Amino acid sequence: MAAVDWLLDDSPSSRLQARIGRLYRLALAIARNPLAVAGAVIVGLLVLTAAFAPWIATQDPIVQSLGDRLKPPSAAHWMGTDELGRDIWSRVVFGSRITLTIVLLVALIAAPAGLVVGAVAAYAGGWTDRVLMGLTDVFLSMPKLILALAFVAALGPGIENAIIAIAITSWPGYARIARAEALVIRNSEFIAAVELQGASAWRVISTNILPLCVSSMIIRVTLDMAGIILTAAGLGFIGLGAQPPTPEWGAMISRGRSFILDQWWVATMPGFAIVLVSLGFCFLGDGLRDALDPKRTEGK
Amino acid sequence: MTLDAPARGLEPASADRSGSAGRGAARLARSLAAVAASVFATFLGLLAITFFIGRVVPIDPVIAVVGDRAPKDVYEATRIALGLDRPLVEQFARYCLAVLSGDLGTSISTGNRVVDDLRHVFPATLEMATIGIVIGVGLGVPMGVWAAARQGSWIDQVIRVAGLLGYAVPAFWLGLVGLAVFYARLKWVGGPGRLDIAYDGLIEPVTGLLLVDSLLAGETEIFANALWHLALPCSVLGFFSLAYIARMTRSFLLDQLSQEFVVTARVKGVPEWKVVWKHAFRPILIPLVTVIGLSYAGLLEGSVMIETIFSWPGIGNYLTTALLNADMNAVLGATLVIGAVFIGINKLSDILYRVLDPRAA
Repeated sequence: MAAVDWLLDDSPSSRLQARIGRLYRLALAIARNPLAVAGAVIVGLLVLTAAFAPWIATQDPIVQSLGDRLKPPSAAHWMGTDELGRDIWSRVVFGSRITLTIVLLVALIAAPAGLVVGAVAAYAGGWTDRVLMGLTDVFLSMPKLILALAFVAALGPGIENAIIAIAITSWPGYARIARAEALVIRNSEFIAAVELQGASAWRVISTNILPLCVSSMIIRVTLDMAGIILTAAGLGFIGLGAQPPTPEWGAMISRGRSFILDQWWVATMPGFAIVLVSLGFCFLGDGLRDALDPKRTEGK
Repeated sequence: MTLDAPARGLEPASADRSGSAGRGAARLARSLAAVAASVFATFLGLLAITFFIGRVVPIDPVIAVVGDRAPKDVYEATRIALGLDRPLVEQFARYCLAVLSGDLGTSISTGNRVVDDLRHVFPATLEMATIGIVIGVGLGVPMGVWAAARQGSWIDQVIRVAGLLGYAVPAFWLGLVGLAVFYARLKWVGGPGRLDIAYDGLIEPVTGLLLVDSLLAGETEIFANALWHLALPCSVLGFFSLAYIARMTRSFLLDQLSQEFVVTARVKGVPEWKVVWKHAFRPILIPLVTVIGLSYAGLLEGSVMIETIFSWPGIGNYLTTALLNADMNAVLGATLVIGAVFIGINKLSDILYRVLDPRAA
């Protein structure tokens, strides 16, 4: 009981206690929302699967065994085997590593870039703001998937280029949010106080404005994860993303396309993985938004 | 979403009401001028991006033309012929002029002018996306209203989860599964392609839209066959737009249902269906226009994936084929056209919004 009191203390005695307490409250808010819990569990499972893939997979995802080709799901091969006799379950398990890498890298490139653009635009105002936001709007009005396709076509197929292309098309959304947040923060009194102490513009932006935009950025990134996964899988499906024999889910669906009528499991199984993981991020993102953003009412 | 929700509706309403009609029109004109400026900037941005992708990103466009073993004088001559010795700004200006005059270059895989190819394939995509949006609006709006009217009930939960599935299911996978189930197993719908092979090429393209052309020619059998083939791809596209439209309709309507005028109507004893459809639904029609526009534009983009699955001879299939053949002129031409239509629909719904809603002007 004492531990819970310490966590929920209204006047924390240290910064650490305040932070842990805030995380605890967030966890409580998420735990009240069944869909958010489901989302957190799915995302947690994805991370665990990626981390322990060699132990969870039953076979090597790359090694071919032509004698076992196109076997239906069974006790030996839970999701069946593909046209080269590879175990689909093991490939799906290892594919989680690729999916996780893609979403993390895109998030790590696009979100900070958008954050900086938005915060600088809001803090500087005037022409800087107009030019940066004009650029953001131009990118926002473009069809993302088509743009990503064209970038990959120019850069050449491959998973690194797919990540770069998706990141290029997804930063503007973050810039918009960061600007909206930063505009509010810029006019608050503590910023005026820091400025009066002689802090430079960069110092104000980096130490006072950016950290406060992070929570809304996390919500948005989580909500966008599903879209990133779908775009990456789409690039893989067309043959512009991860190259064989990498067990990327979209590329796996593409290989199973020729067998969809008779050996349905080859194309279907990786699709279930994509749907499950994307749904997990959607649920978690919705839950985080409800928990972190008190302005939105329950159930929207 | 490009709507600036916070800015709208915050200005005092009296400014509009007390002002003369002329002042309102002037404001509308100013706001439309702002939209026109942003349309111009966005199209210029689109051209800049395709220019950048086509001329700057590849290591050396000359090698792409002459090969890497060409002698130095041939290389130089080609470089000058391509205008690559000119300043980048001049190259960009020339590129814009060429595009505006309808010159998108020649496709190396089909050997035709890219413009002609695109004119040929676009109607197939347009037909599919249009029927898709009709399904999406026809089912999505009533579903969203239903969910909002019964907030928290099981039907609301089902519609919400269906809405989230629209964000989580890969379109190309849904198309494949649909083919396996509804075409191969159940034989409810036609397979890949726009028509059965037996009917192929019997209709002289007038509009390029098979449903229209077959009726013009009086061929009801071909009309039925085209519809049979459209059913599955359009349902898949329709599902995605339905998911989005239902989600937005629900959210807009919930906002309205918590307003005081709705409480007033209920207190006065207005029947619930009238409260929902007459009082709460009418104000959301205007934002819905924008949502439907966005969704339609999204379907044109989403058809790229769907078309590869259904061997649909539209612009998406053209684009992916060109991508795999590294046919950059065709890729950039298709990107430009899809991008322009996408932006056009987006901005059009923005303009419509401003015309319909005096507060937004």
